[in-house]
Amino acid sequence: MNTIYILWQRQVKKFLRSRSRIVGALGQPLFYLLALGYGFGSIFKQAGQGNYLQFLSPGVVAMTILFTSIFGGIEVIWDKQFGFLKETLVAPVSRLNIMLGRTLGGATVATVQGLLVIILAMIFGFRPETSHLILAVVFIFIMAILFTSLGTGIASVLDDMQGFPIVMQFIVTPMFFLSGSMFPVEGLPKVLGYIVHVNPMTYAVDGLRGLLVNTHHFSYATDWSVLIVVSLIFLAIGSWLFSKIKA
Amino acid sequence: MIEAKQLSKTFGDREVVKHVSFNVPQGQIFAFLGPNGAGKTTTIKMLTTLLDPTGGSVMLNGFDPRENPDEVRKSFGIVFQDPSLDSDLTAYENMEIHAVLYGLKKELYRPRIEELMKLVELYDRRGDLVKDFSGGMKRRLEIARGLLHHPKVLFLDEPTLGLDPQTRNLLWTYIKDLNKKEGITVFLTTHYMNEAEQMAQRIAIIDHGTIVAEGSFEELKKQTDTNSLEEAFLKLTGHSVREEGGEGQMRDMAKMWGGGKR
Repeated sequence: MNTIYILWQRQVKKFLRSRSRIVGALGQPLFYLLALGYGFGSIFKQAGQGNYLQFLSPGVVAMTILFTSIFGGIEVIWDKQFGFLKETLVAPVSRLNIMLGRTLGGATVATVQGLLVIILAMIFGFRPETSHLILAVVFIFIMAILFTSLGTGIASVLDDMQGFPIVMQFIVTPMFFLSGSMFPVEGLPKVLGYIVHVNPMTYAVDGLRGLLVNTHHFSYATDWSVLIVVSLIFLAIGSWLFSKIKA
Repeated sequence: MIEAKQLSKTFGDREVVKHVSFNVPQGQIFAFLGPNGAGKTTTIKMLTTLLDPTGGSVMLNGFDPRENPDEVRKSFGIVFQDPSLDSDLTAYENMEIHAVLYGLKKELYRPRIEELMKLVELYDRRGDLVKDFSGGMKRRLEIARGLLHHPKVLFLDEPTLGLDPQTRNLLWTYIKDLNKKEGITVFLTTHYMNEAEQMAQRIAIIDHGTIVAEGSFEELKKQTDTNSLEEAFLKLTGHSVREEGGEGQMRDMAKMWGGGKR
């Protein structure tokens, strides 16, 4: 328990100390909100879909969580290279606890970053429903655990940062774009529709959109159960891969 | 205290360590020398639960790393060849994480951290981020950290690599003191032969995965009919330059990314 706590604390402390990282991570959401939110706003309205910023903002929040979480998990590679990982691997604690501490820490950081983006979006005119705010935070946290575990699992099998662009290109970017974060998932071409439906990010985006602006494609039950089940699976796989790391 | 019997490790069809046996009694300073890629680090990894041997056995402080990894882990402290501090945290935080990972209670570890950080003369800098430390300071901190949980054995894998003579001298003085005062067993590797000469009561030389000579400095000199350990070492292991495996590449990479500030 103490192990989990101290490693969680480590991630959070490092995050709070790197102001540049916090501000830097707000840059991308900012451009999406500005360029897409305002750029496509009128077309979206003409198509009869309502206010695009309301639709887009939860997607951008989800994107932020996706990216921050994956990065949080990928930090394992960093620790491999700079040696801190070995310090934890020779300590008399289980690998599972090390992995849990790291993952919860990474997920906390991603959750905070996600909440910051909600505030950022509000500055541009986003008006979330306040009635489910606490549930939304819980949802964001589960989502963050899911993607941090994914990042940790990937980082456990990679030896250096050279594989990282491939991960970004072929896993993270498609997960983001093919998730309905920026467009409604109704009426997509068949193949694309399939991909969207097996992408856990789709359910994360949909659930978050439901909680924040009360529009969703799937039912609450579907979104929550997919998210919880997938995050447990990823957590298990991530832990297993982490336990296989050879120092 | 450390007992290796017929210890072997193969990666694929590459035999890195072949039937290595040695015995380090409690309180001894034992130097494990060899050219790059001879199998030193692999052996240390097997002694410290980081790698499972493919053959033979290890006992450390009476425990088998395969059966009782956590007991073994509690028994030793280690300073790795490469830095293993979190440079985005302060010196004190690095110590504190170690204490918690080793299950020490707050009322116990606070004075212990203070004592050790004073010993390595870093207590005044405890609130500073490790990334602002020089290479020597990082090493001192790592040694203090390795001792935090009162280990019976201290592993030092090339602890003085890249340090200036002053710092090297200072580090070895601490270690000799600790060995005398607390009776801690020290297992060290180094490429500086004079350090091994001055520090070690026993020396083993490993090459191509096998121990080619073992004994005190005097015995090794006699055995090889040479005047210094360096000559003895070269006579035993030859003059050809060795290639290093993946570890070295990893180290270069870490340096490239700015971790090489030592």
